[in-house]
Amino acid sequence: MTVTHDDVVRWIRAFADAIAQNKDSLTDLDSAIGDADHGINMHRGMTAVLAKMDGDGSADIGALLKTVGMTLVSSVGGAGGPLYGTLFLRLGAAAAGKEELTDEDWVAMVTAGVEGVQSRGKAEPKDKTMVDALIPARDALASAVAAGEPFADALRSSAAAAEEGMRATIPLVARKGRASYLGERSAGHQDPGATSSWLLMRTAAETFGDHME
Amino acid sequence: MKKLINDPENVVREELSGIARAHGDRVEVHVDPHYIVRTDAPVQGKVALVSGGGSGHEPMHGGFVGMGMLDAACPGEVFTSPTPDQMEAATKAVDGGAGVVHIVKNYTGDVMNFEMAAELVRSEGTEVESVLVDDDVAVQDSLYTAGRRGVGATVLMEKIAGAAAEQRRPLKEVVDLCRKVNDNARSMGMALTSCTVPAAGKPTFELGDDEVEIGIGIHGEPGRQRLKLAPVHDIVEMMATPIVDDLPFKSGDQVLAFVNGMGGTPLIELYIVFNELASFLDGRGIAIGRNLIGPYITSLEMQGCSITLLKLDDELTDLWDAPVNTPGLRWGV
Repeated sequence: MTVTHDDVVRWIRAFADAIAQNKDSLTDLDSAIGDADHGINMHRGMTAVLAKMDGDGSADIGALLKTVGMTLVSSVGGAGGPLYGTLFLRLGAAAAGKEELTDEDWVAMVTAGVEGVQSRGKAEPKDKTMVDALIPARDALASAVAAGEPFADALRSSAAAAEEGMRATIPLVARKGRASYLGERSAGHQDPGATSSWLLMRTAAETFGDHME
Repeated sequence: MKKLINDPENVVREELSGIARAHGDRVEVHVDPHYIVRTDAPVQGKVALVSGGGSGHEPMHGGFVGMGMLDAACPGEVFTSPTPDQMEAATKAVDGGAGVVHIVKNYTGDVMNFEMAAELVRSEGTEVESVLVDDDVAVQDSLYTAGRRGVGATVLMEKIAGAAAEQRRPLKEVVDLCRKVNDNARSMGMALTSCTVPAAGKPTFELGDDEVEIGIGIHGEPGRQRLKLAPVHDIVEMMATPIVDDLPFKSGDQVLAFVNGMGGTPLIELYIVFNELASFLDGRGIAIGRNLIGPYITSLEMQGCSITLLKLDDELTDLWDAPVNTPGLRWGV
């Protein structure tokens, strides 16, 4: 089973929809421990991405994801812009020239994307950032694919791991980003970046997984 | 939310149109990507200074573009870092061949976006140095935080480094001066009320009628402790003590005392704060050599203030006194 260019387009649209639907709740999470703009910024970025994608006629998944990354870098701002921008740029680089993706391609892409986020943001696990959703998602995905599980199952495990990682940010004291200024007061709140990262992994599982069933 | 805006989506764009119409004699405004640049840029042979950050802190940074201060400023959305394409365009527009300094306030988003911009312009051959401003003593500088935030010292750095660049000092000297300002400045802020980001439509945090938040940043982010409202004397002591205790201030020093309004506090109150601050510093044997009082680095309509102290020497004092002609600061011209 493979993921096609159309599937990737549907995933980006599904992620944009999820961001639009959760715009206010992401911003609310950010007002608790940040500066109340995460949902607004991601929504502005994904709206710009959708506008760019309308004109994209190529079949190259790598080029598509690179366009998504560049658009996010130039439209989101804040920390989310460079981080999500870098994530998509790395996904795109790992998929360069491909018109279809296997489960192993997807593992390589997610691995490269997460590496990009870490090198840009310098966050480690348990710093209370998007990395806390992305690393468990990557690990669950990679081990399920390595164990030969069906791709749809591997995607579901990866989304479930992202969700668990997101929830596990609640008790953490932030060590990166604006939330870290709050010190102990950042504990008890779910990290907005981990939440949008869960949406990213969940929409991938739903879009790519559904297509295979 | 009650604000003088037409549409939350267009706040920055309409503000920029206003700036262009008001200050066209000194600055030129570009949109898509957004940046404000002095009309005579690039000034050949002069180190150029570029700064930027979220909007909502007016007059910083756009109001500090002009002779003797910044060459360009990149405004982001409200409280959101600008993007690398803005910084790249601004940097290229001001590069007069002597190098460009990026003045970056230490916020995760600003740092990452400026870093990406610096990578872009360096790869095309422009000489760029970045300096961080991180003067906020409310934040512990440790492995467990993103480090101290850049607040009031930004204005002082932009003025002093701008004067040095105007004297045609070389890139390294201008960068060293920026670091000297940062090393010798400390700040602390407080809020009486929160503020409302137009696109969010509701206050970022809630403060009771009788409460104050000590140690706030400039983005409506909550501070480190919430207290009952107290007389200005006590509030100033709570703010100034951690500033003075955090080296480098000692008895016999001369300082520039900057009492900044957060946007919603009138000058009458800022002068009361300054009065208390002057008494506090008298008690510590610290002399106020220069002062700046007013709303220069604001947080939308937030009520509150911040105090910044910069330890002065002759070099910094002379550069502070040098002529400046920007929409936000103007003297000696």
